[in-house]
Amino acid sequence: MTPKRKKRMMLIGLMLAGVAVAAGFALKAFNENLMFFYTPSDVMAGEAPTGRMIRVGGLVTTGSVERQSDGLTVQFDVTDNDKTVTIQYTGILPDLFREGQGIVAHGKLQEDQLFVADEVLAKHDENYMPPEVADALKATHDAAVGGSTDKVN
Amino acid sequence: MIPELGNFALILALCLAVVLATVPMIGSLTNTPGWVALARPAALGQFTFLLISFGCLVNAFLTNDFSVLYVAQHGNTQLPTIYKVSAVWGAHEGSLLLWALILGTWTVAVSLFSRKLPAELLARVLSVMGMISIGFISFMLFTSNPFDRVFPVPLEGGDLNPLLQDFGLAIHPPMLYMGYVGLSVAFSFAIAALIGGKLDAAWARWSRPWTLIAWVFLTIGIALGSWWAYYELGWGGWWFWDPVENASFMPWLVATALIHSLAVTEKRGAFKRWTVLLALLAFSLSLLGTFLVRSGVLTSVHSFAADPERGLFILVFLCIVIGGSLMLYAWRAPDVTSGGKFDLFCRETLLLGNNVLLIVITAFILLGTLAPLIYDAMGWGKISVGFPWFTAMFVIFSPFLVVLMGMGPLARWKKQDPGALARQLRMGLLLSIAGGVLFALPLFHEGSIWIGLAVALSLWLLSSLVLSLRQRFKYRKGLASVLKDFGARGSGSYYGMIIAHLGVAIFIIGITYVTQFEVEQDIRMSPGQTVELAGHTFRFDGAKAVQGPNYRADQGTIRVFNSDGKEVAILSPEKRIYTVQTRPMTEAGIDPGLMRDIYVSLGETLGNGDWSLRLYYKPFVRWIWLGCILMGLGGLLAAVDRRYRMAALRKPAAAPGVPDRLATEGRG
Repeated sequence: MTPKRKKRMMLIGLMLAGVAVAAGFALKAFNENLMFFYTPSDVMAGEAPTGRMIRVGGLVTTGSVERQSDGLTVQFDVTDNDKTVTIQYTGILPDLFREGQGIVAHGKLQEDQLFVADEVLAKHDENYMPPEVADALKATHDAAVGGSTDKVN
Repeated sequence: MIPELGNFALILALCLAVVLATVPMIGSLTNTPGWVALARPAALGQFTFLLISFGCLVNAFLTNDFSVLYVAQHGNTQLPTIYKVSAVWGAHEGSLLLWALILGTWTVAVSLFSRKLPAELLARVLSVMGMISIGFISFMLFTSNPFDRVFPVPLEGGDLNPLLQDFGLAIHPPMLYMGYVGLSVAFSFAIAALIGGKLDAAWARWSRPWTLIAWVFLTIGIALGSWWAYYELGWGGWWFWDPVENASFMPWLVATALIHSLAVTEKRGAFKRWTVLLALLAFSLSLLGTFLVRSGVLTSVHSFAADPERGLFILVFLCIVIGGSLMLYAWRAPDVTSGGKFDLFCRETLLLGNNVLLIVITAFILLGTLAPLIYDAMGWGKISVGFPWFTAMFVIFSPFLVVLMGMGPLARWKKQDPGALARQLRMGLLLSIAGGVLFALPLFHEGSIWIGLAVALSLWLLSSLVLSLRQRFKYRKGLASVLKDFGARGSGSYYGMIIAHLGVAIFIIGITYVTQFEVEQDIRMSPGQTVELAGHTFRFDGAKAVQGPNYRADQGTIRVFNSDGKEVAILSPEKRIYTVQTRPMTEAGIDPGLMRDIYVSLGETLGNGDWSLRLYYKPFVRWIWLGCILMGLGGLLAAVDRRYRMAALRKPAAAPGVPDRLATEGRG
């Protein structure tokens, strides 16, 4: 091995080691920051973990939006047309939040099945349905008719 | 009639793109000058027809021709004229047409401004751009034609998404597309060089100004998007790590690596293979970005309603472009000679370090962006990656980047004595540590380690720039020689670097201050009620109804007083309902300032004149965009460097590291 090559190998080795360490930390952090999506049915079936950041989504049930006396805390139900979860959120809801609209909320599920959201997302495009919500609705629909997905749609 | 004309022009443009993609390329491979010479007229013809086609669509919007489906969906008679024009690229089909037009523009620009390029090389470059053009125009014609008619003709259009009815967003997509598509020039140069097997300093010098200009557009485009999100979405955020933002940020990071690596290839002839790979990667990532935005596979605030057919088309196109170019690379790159030798510690290795860090950051962002797709495809569940993760990844790696940035401009090419560099930078290091400690302590504010780090990095960068300037002017005494230096060869690159790096220093301060010290409050307020926030008193004076050209709104009045009781600002945030789509929109009230923004937006009306309000105090937030503007300015200055214009006159392909060039350009 020539000195030049040796130097170059050293340089590459140093860089690789640095990147490997960094990647290790990054992947560890990655797992901690993953937010899984659960449908209201999942939550009611007890499949969703409590005390961890997750996402829950569905359609806002008509007539379920209740505002508490401080004017900022809101409670509403979301549904996948099968089961329903109650979400509590303190703050200002997005402009496109409406009853009947598909939304996704980020937050933690409490032991009493109340979902406390940090963030509620409704999309810019009002014809746009978050894919997770669309899938959840489709699953419920398919289960109800008991047929294969292809035939129904 | 006119829409048919547009459609016809688009078909003709496709035909010319096919000609452009094949004839000159074959001509260059078989040494047929007549075929090679066809490149330029074909490029011009393609551009002309795209322009006609685009003009027809603009015309359809201006004349409210709702027989065109796209216009019926996104146009409206009440839309102000400027938004009728910007509505052209307000949704999928039209923005693709804009994409194609911009690609045509870049193609023509390359053919016009590279007259001194060897005819064969130019023909290949234009040919490759023609191939990309085929992909996009046929995508449009087959899956998303903006000229499709609708019957029966509706009386009124569906209106442009109100969020897009804004000046910032009218110009954000064209800027961003100029950047995305501009990277296709560097890509095409790389492919042409791989085909010709001739990768040298001259190649780097040719593609460098193009890459720089594309990078400038991308920088400004991203900054505009961030600025728009800040004032238009009404929740005061300026970056969300949204998949579509990431899709624009990844090509930017790779392009940043590319412009630095091109510098090494141009000056030292080194890193050739790496530079080519970066050029391929940068454009591939912009295509990936287009795929993510257009296919709706990811949950994003930017997503359009999903259409699997379109997604599939882009996916196939993406595979062809990326796969094809990587295969060509694997085939040809081993033949490329390795260039200038360099020592373990020198400017080359510092720039290599910068490249590696930029790529590592890109890789992590890519992982975070695609992870939801991968998890879903593997059946591991539906996930999203939290905002904090992206921020953490960025904050872990970028300080190292800044440390290298401080050393790079001072280090010598080829061989640098670490001790000598350390002696040069000693004062800078002391200054930055002192500054960092001072600002980390609770003296001027509550104190924060992050602010300390940001100030230290910023000072480190600044002091290295000052040292570099001092070094440059050591032998250039007197005003005359200083002024002369500004016009000299290589000066544009040098001063461009100084300004862009200054921009980074400012940017660091901006993002750190605003994330550490911003104050936010959601609150319910009755008319006349006051609230204290960040040393200011906010008084809500109620809301009244106002009427806009195509919306009605509730307009709140908030008076802001400073601690002395002096009135600083009257803010008028609005909650608008656009009449056509009847959707609400928040228009924030902002009192901008160099040192802080005061930002108020209306939430909902709660009865009895009460409103929920969002109040923000955002220190140094403007520095973020100021930094971006400086980066863009620096890039522009580097792109118009005199030597690119002179290079055309001199014999190309000077051996790397010719002594006289090094001497005149000094630390350029």
